[in-house]
Amino acid sequence: MDIFLQQVVSGIATGGIYASLALALVMIYQATDVVNFAQGEMAMFSTYLAWSMLNAGVPYWVTFFATVALAFLLGLVIERLVIRPVESAPILSIVIVTLGLLVIHNSIAGWIWSYIQKPFPSPFPSRPVHMGPIIVGAHDIGEISVTLIVLLLLFAFFRYTPVGLAMRAAAHNPVSSRLSGIRVSRMLMLGWGLAAAFGAVAGMMVAPIVTLEPNMMGGIQIYAFAAATLGGFTSPGGAVLGGIIVGVAENLVGTYVRFIGTELKLTVALAIIIIVLLVRPRGLFGRAVVRRV
Amino acid sequence: MNVMRRVLMLLLVGTVGLATALPAGAQTPGVTSTEIKIGNTNPYSGPASAYGTIGKALGAYFKKINDEGGINGRKINYITYDDSYAPPKTVEMVRRLVEQDQVALLFQTLGTPTNSAIHKYMNGKQVPHIFVATGATKWNDPKNFPWTMGWQPNYQIEGRIYAQYVLKNVKDAKVGILYQNDDYGKDYRKGFLDGLGEAAKRVVVLEQTYEVTDPTIDSQIVNLKNSGANVFFNVTIPKFAVQAIKKSHDIGWKPVHLLNNVSSSLGTTLKPAGLEASKGLITALYMKEVTDPQWKNDKAYLDWVAWMKKYYPEGALDDQANAYAYSVAATLVQALKQCGNDLSRQNIMKQAASLKNLELPMLLPGIKINTSATDFAPIEQEQLAKFNGEIWQVFGELIDASKK
Repeated sequence: MDIFLQQVVSGIATGGIYASLALALVMIYQATDVVNFAQGEMAMFSTYLAWSMLNAGVPYWVTFFATVALAFLLGLVIERLVIRPVESAPILSIVIVTLGLLVIHNSIAGWIWSYIQKPFPSPFPSRPVHMGPIIVGAHDIGEISVTLIVLLLLFAFFRYTPVGLAMRAAAHNPVSSRLSGIRVSRMLMLGWGLAAAFGAVAGMMVAPIVTLEPNMMGGIQIYAFAAATLGGFTSPGGAVLGGIIVGVAENLVGTYVRFIGTELKLTVALAIIIIVLLVRPRGLFGRAVVRRV
Repeated sequence: MNVMRRVLMLLLVGTVGLATALPAGAQTPGVTSTEIKIGNTNPYSGPASAYGTIGKALGAYFKKINDEGGINGRKINYITYDDSYAPPKTVEMVRRLVEQDQVALLFQTLGTPTNSAIHKYMNGKQVPHIFVATGATKWNDPKNFPWTMGWQPNYQIEGRIYAQYVLKNVKDAKVGILYQNDDYGKDYRKGFLDGLGEAAKRVVVLEQTYEVTDPTIDSQIVNLKNSGANVFFNVTIPKFAVQAIKKSHDIGWKPVHLLNNVSSSLGTTLKPAGLEASKGLITALYMKEVTDPQWKNDKAYLDWVAWMKKYYPEGALDDQANAYAYSVAATLVQALKQCGNDLSRQNIMKQAASLKNLELPMLLPGIKINTSATDFAPIEQEQLAKFNGEIWQVFGELIDASKK
């Protein structure tokens, strides 16, 4: 029983990692109707910026918020320079541009900071927390809490602020939005900025666990996609829950299902993506997208 | 398999016949009176680009040799291409090196899957394919592959060393193994299980694997702890070694922790994992660890730093790979020096297989490189070391795996 609980808890912790990046994916999808494959690499890049500041002696929380701000700017700039020119191109072109961004961020990070992994500090205490027989890292708890805070912010932003509503409108129906006075391009730019900012938070929460290196987000992004697909690309809450379900499921399956074992854990994530897309494309909590053609 | 081998032998015999039919004194491709052309592939892009620094450092070393006048009057012309660690690309680049650039030999091509892809081609073409940058065991096979040679101690040898340690020193050992699910991990595991011999069935209580794409290995560590293992054989690359050390420390699992040499760097593994949590780790070493403070006044280390600063200033001083490149390049230079003026491919291979008691500054004191016509494994000695919270403290004798 202990092992079961320990695996569940450790799965929730890992799921928190997936959830944090999945939130950024949902953000960009909500705001621009595009899936950004470079989201993870942009987060990694921002984390390197944070690392450089910390190395220069800037205190942690100053660095944290400065990085979020920088990432926001980076997102705006990327949208303006790289995405805007292909804004009205077919969706496939935009997807390929984001794949290009993925490779570029990865290579530039390796070029500037080298590929050697670097330790990244956690703002939370290093002593693990004991709950009966279960042991949880303090950072894991902190990381999940931060993810939940981001989730609340995101939810409130889209639900209660006029900008959030305008953004959703701009993403789903650019033409009508423009007619009703929403500056669509500016909304898309804002969406990229915010998604990059959320990504930066995810990066800084993930790096202490997996250590900072240019490929740190590679595997995580696949799981984050599984999480967002499972929960629904249109539902921030769903994405977080999706992340945790994926994390717990892969641990339990790896531990208890003999023929899958630890060797096919990644396959579980990919299988989740495919099954969800086949059975319920909008995800558990997503809204069905209806389009008039 | 047998048929394949026979066909290959026929091909080999055929090409040998052709080669001997050529007029004597025909020049080796890539060798002139002023130059030796050497080919290499390295991952300068893609997932394994962390290793790309090796290819650059090799070039920096040859620059130093050239500045000092070259080898027997010949300058080294080093050509290195990016293969992104992708075997099909390696094949393409290597064919270009051999057929278009006409290199005399291939040196330090990096990676197990990549070298596997060109293994037969190089032996078919009879071009030296030497001191490859991988620890797989199969490069030491002079009978079937007389043109290919490894350099570093192979993973199976190292696995066997840990097994001997466990059998001798741990009472009622219960071993948990965590290994990367590929050739590298399986080679280590095989050496370890072979070393345990009969005892393996009794002693190994749980084996867990991970994929390089896994974000974390927390779940595996939890299972290993739960298995009741008191020995942890940790076959992971630095990224996961950091997690394994941290996590087992966090959940209060304190086994005899055997960490593979691949992740023995203080800078890349132990410091990120925490020096306190790393206390007591055991590994097998053959090189001086550049981030280990015990060498900071060592002459060999200072020479290496001086070379880095002069010839490879953009390279990282905390990256062991740069000391690795420095040492393996020196090995090639020695073999080429021994060739004298006969730089035929046969003689290059012959001299690479005639290294006697070669000691290199950045190898651990006492480690000697020896090769022969039947021994294509240059480094076969390692020494166990325990991490005391600050440095790797070597203990026991040098273990020579060639003497069983």
